Amino acid sequence: MGTFNMPSLGADMEAGTLVEWLKHAGDIVHRGDIVAVVETHKGAIEIEIFEDGTIAELLVSEGEKVPVGMPLARIAGTLQAPLEHAAPPGVNVAPPRSPRPNPVIAGPVAGRASPVARRLAAEHGIELSAIIGSGPGGAIVHADVERAIAAQPPARQRPGLDLGQMRLAIAAAMTRSKRDIPHYYLTHSIDASVCTKAVEDYNAARAPAERILLGALLLKAVALSMREFPEFNGFCQEEAFHPSKGIHVGVAVSIRGGGLAAPAIHDTDQLPVGELMAKMRDLIARVRRGSFRSSELTDATVTVSSLGERGVESLLPIIYPPQVAIIGFGTVQQRAWVVDDQVAPRPVLSVTLAADHRVSDGHRGALLLRRIEELLGEADRL
Amino acid sequence: MTKDELKATIIDEIGNIAPDADLSSVSADADLREAFDMDSMDIFNLVVALSQRLAIDIPDVDASHLVTLGGGTEYLAHRLGL
Repeated sequence: MGTFNMPSLGADMEAGTLVEWLKHAGDIVHRGDIVAVVETHKGAIEIEIFEDGTIAELLVSEGEKVPVGMPLARIAGTLQAPLEHAAPPGVNVAPPRSPRPNPVIAGPVAGRASPVARRLAAEHGIELSAIIGSGPGGAIVHADVERAIAAQPPARQRPGLDLGQMRLAIAAAMTRSKRDIPHYYLTHSIDASVCTKAVEDYNAARAPAERILLGALLLKAVALSMREFPEFNGFCQEEAFHPSKGIHVGVAVSIRGGGLAAPAIHDTDQLPVGELMAKMRDLIARVRRGSFRSSELTDATVTVSSLGERGVESLLPIIYPPQVAIIGFGTVQQRAWVVDDQVAPRPVLSVTLAADHRVSDGHRGALLLRRIEELLGEADRL
Repeated sequence: MTKDELKATIIDEIGNIAPDADLSSVSADADLREAFDMDSMDIFNLVVALSQRLAIDIPDVDASHLVTLGGGTEYLAHRLGL
């Protein structure tokens, strides 16, 4: 018999409100299943379980606010308590924006609503308090929400997004990083002809939705390089480095109006580039809409920050603790480049590394950047 | 579909991607990426959305037409035979 506990979704999280149970007593659960939605000051996060078993008993009801580490449910059929799996202690991630446009806040002010109704309302950005329930005891049911959706003005509204809170969380994570991690930085410029051409060739015969962006190739190259450079892929906790078996590249995604989150694409190295692009596209859409899973927020083992098309030459990124490396890509620029003793115009891409000196040195870091260059030079085979 | 309806369709799809954008004031030749802070993924999504909604292919090499409202309208009008 084990317990499923309130996870820590960041060093600054002390408690969370259990907004919704998605599994109930008697349900069989498997590792990776989303079992509950927890509301923190960063927004509503879908919480996954990390064990197989059966839910024996829910210990906390919807709407209750409980401290990190407190048991939420008893799980039968597990060998040990699946404690504190969701986030390594001390992890401090850049937060997502408030995911549910109008999160259901626990407490006496919130009306009763069925899970289905709540979900539908959240999907459509409708505030439950604005709906009059027709269910038992005035509870809001599915049909009430459907009526509210139909009555909604067609105007698009920007979902409520607490940029102030997000800025505070970014500040906390980055201050911690700059205080605790002895960063070193390396920069390298590479000829991007092959990889930009590979993207063009790949896209030429494909429908718009099947195409890729250069960013997908960059993620793939970084993920593959990590297989040979494990000292850049993992977590540093209490001065000890724990390399990660899986390669889960975090993708730094900027949010309109300011703000940043860097959730992970799981097993990035194993994905064919088309699939990787699809995952990246889905992830970026969800970051901007705000629906995350707890594991995406805390599982990144290394991060990539890419300036995209309209950026500048290069960036010197800051590591997300407890990760130990972050790789930055600048904007591809046409530059004079020497090829066979001749100056020729070439698309040039700057790749930078910020890494943790407690774990690795510049020599290996340089070899890593060289390896990424090599992989991008064979991008037509990625 | 008229050209004005086509333009309205494009504006609608831009609005889906950049809900905070003030589309009433955008000039025909303004770079959408600059005007509305749209990144590569946003333009990618705009091309996908328009190609699906208008049921036409938009070759990758032509996607650059869609970075301005005027250019996008002219290009798509041509493709649709308007």
